[in-house]
Amino acid sequence: MEKLKSIDGLKDLRKQIADHTFLPDVPRVRLCSGTACTATGTPKVLSAIEEEAAKRGITIDVVKTGCQGLCQKGPVMKVEPEGIFYQKVKPEHARAIMSYTVAGGIPFRQSLYRNSILEEPIPEMTNVPFYKKQLRIALRNNGLIDPRNIYHYIAVGGYKALEKALGAMSPDDVLSEVDKANLRGRGGAGFPAGKKWKHSKGAPGKIKFVIANGDEGDPGAFMDRSVMEGDPHSLFEGMLLCAYAIGAEYGMIYVRHEYPLAVKNLGLAIRQAEELGLLGRNILGSGLNFTIDIREGAGAFVCGESTALVASIEGERGFPRPRPPRLSEPRGGAWGYPSNLNNIETYACIPPIIEKGADWFLGIGTKNSPGTKVFALTGKVVNTGLVEVPMGITLREIIYDIGGGIMNGKKFKAIQTGGPSGGCIPEEHLDLPVDFDSLAKIGSMMGSGGMVVMDEDNCMVDVAKYFLSFCQSESCGKCPPCRIGTYQMLEILERITTGKGEEGDIERLEKLGKLVKEGALCGLGNSAPNPVLTTIRYFREEYEEHIRDKYCRAKACSGLGVFRIEHDECFLCGLCKQACAFDAVKETKDSFFIDQDYCTKCKACYSACPIGAVKVEKMRKSSEKQEVV
Amino acid sequence: MKVEELNVDEKIGHVKEVLTEDQKKRGILIHAFQSIQKEHNYLPEDVLKALAKKLDIPLAEVYSTASFYKHFYFKPRGRNVVCVCTGTACHVRGASKVLEKIEESFGIKPGETTPDLSLTLETVGCVGCCGLAPVVTVNDEIVGDLNPKKVGEVIQMVEGK
Repeated sequence: MEKLKSIDGLKDLRKQIADHTFLPDVPRVRLCSGTACTATGTPKVLSAIEEEAAKRGITIDVVKTGCQGLCQKGPVMKVEPEGIFYQKVKPEHARAIMSYTVAGGIPFRQSLYRNSILEEPIPEMTNVPFYKKQLRIALRNNGLIDPRNIYHYIAVGGYKALEKALGAMSPDDVLSEVDKANLRGRGGAGFPAGKKWKHSKGAPGKIKFVIANGDEGDPGAFMDRSVMEGDPHSLFEGMLLCAYAIGAEYGMIYVRHEYPLAVKNLGLAIRQAEELGLLGRNILGSGLNFTIDIREGAGAFVCGESTALVASIEGERGFPRPRPPRLSEPRGGAWGYPSNLNNIETYACIPPIIEKGADWFLGIGTKNSPGTKVFALTGKVVNTGLVEVPMGITLREIIYDIGGGIMNGKKFKAIQTGGPSGGCIPEEHLDLPVDFDSLAKIGSMMGSGGMVVMDEDNCMVDVAKYFLSFCQSESCGKCPPCRIGTYQMLEILERITTGKGEEGDIERLEKLGKLVKEGALCGLGNSAPNPVLTTIRYFREEYEEHIRDKYCRAKACSGLGVFRIEHDECFLCGLCKQACAFDAVKETKDSFFIDQDYCTKCKACYSACPIGAVKVEKMRKSSEKQEVV
Repeated sequence: MKVEELNVDEKIGHVKEVLTEDQKKRGILIHAFQSIQKEHNYLPEDVLKALAKKLDIPLAEVYSTASFYKHFYFKPRGRNVVCVCTGTACHVRGASKVLEKIEESFGIKPGETTPDLSLTLETVGCVGCCGLAPVVTVNDEIVGDLNPKKVGEVIQMVEGK
């Protein structure tokens, strides 16, 4: 690779690349090589395709792309020029696809996407419901290019925004464009990126940092991972534009260690960008200097908090500290230098804004939250994966149109947004247009964009306990409200879910939750009670049932309810008797029954029964007690 | 990697230009732990002592930083590491049952290692593979979409190693 010395050099390079990359008449397979698809068999599919192509003597262009989104149906791939989408591709299918689609130009039915087995398959990717309503800005190149090849990024128009900024815009122009676009921070809080950049620019001192926050610790969110793995250069371009606007020379990307592929791809991409002269000294002859280093995290959720992240970069314990000074102020950022910290997704949105203008961006989404947002749709929906949709779309559209509804035809109960800091939203709010403000209004938050769908089999008290136990174990321990408050709340929830709940527990939880929210030092503690408070707000009756009736309607909590064997259904297999460790299942000549005196409500019989004849029921009130004949 | 051969400037990267010696040494601490752990599978005491000496940071402070992060271990770990994801998506799709089953078959709890050092069982907050929930990783290899049968296969796979 030869170093580019000017903007025209980059333009020429793009023209040269266009002569031999992504040519329209060459058959092309875009095979997803994201983490999930790799786990479900991409490498085997790849070798099958290559073998078959060699055997048939076909020239084929195989692009190993980043995550294409529909992880549930992996490995997925798209065959061009027909634009046919294949899912759950097995090596033997790959061979068939080569002969049907690549050689013959017709779809291979068995691997096409179907809504259900009764419906006709859908060949074109653009018609698949999962992709139909999506609009991709941050993930624009995921699924198109090979992240390990910088030429691919340049070929699809990469670094054009940098070209435009360095050639025709002053740093102030770039900043005002981002400010005008009202791009709100995609990491969760929704603070306008333009305002943040202005703060950082206004800070005194020559040395400044641009930091990208890739410590995506939220369980159930993986959009940053997809960008880092699948399109690292768009992140670099966003950081370069930020550096140009605020006058910074050093960049850092903080990645969590659970993402080894992201670290690998980022490292490779940095080397390629340096070789081409897109990172380093005097970039494209413009006088801009900018370098990027990778910093790896080591498994601490709290390090996603800005001040804790900086402490971790400096090699300290990842403790947050009180603000001000903010990161953008002197003595606030890394090693005391003013630093601009944004989320990965935020940076990835910058290049299109500069290239197409703020007005284009403002035309998408809602008035106060323009643009798109990537959500990680997971949990009990048919199609799980990454979706990028315009702000203002309703939750119902996301779950039912894109996600394909609830798994196994069960009933929807709640959707949890914003990870452990967010809240659970019940069915009544499904038609709510999703943006930063509307979610905050109903007690949840956008967060980094995790969306976990829950059905009738999920107990809301158990879910609240799960999130709280996560925050409790991730609490760094610096401030008492978070360290002790979350612990106490967890104790109460533990009691409720094991049938030892008392009257007044709900009120205690609410009171403690408020105290923790107000008193905690950082965002982790401030938002830790959210899942508990929202589930109490929307699912209070489930809490009351646990406490008063000792009953869990989702049958998820053990130690609750009365166990009974339905004699009409039981076919006397005896598995429940084998499963019971306490000899509570008794056998008579023609039936099994549960001796309540011995039963510990461990649910072993309930899980063991193959036909669901073991029932968990509410405890009968004494007035309803039936007389034993 | 020998601790003595640790190159501070190389590890810290481009920012070395604006940092003092002390800041650089402190800044590479976490990366140094990572390379040590990669080699030894955990952070042995004598290596940490050598590191403290090399970087001129008191051992207590080295330990304080290392013990803050979940990823670092002070006890030898098993030859195989099975890590059960207990992230939200995996939780709602039954990660606790997967964990129970694996606990049962090996007789260890999360965070523990079998006495013969063949296996360490761990849990992780999220591996970002939520589309395939519930997920476990066996030595960095991701096995997803688990059901009781597949868990059995994972167990056999580990036992066979």
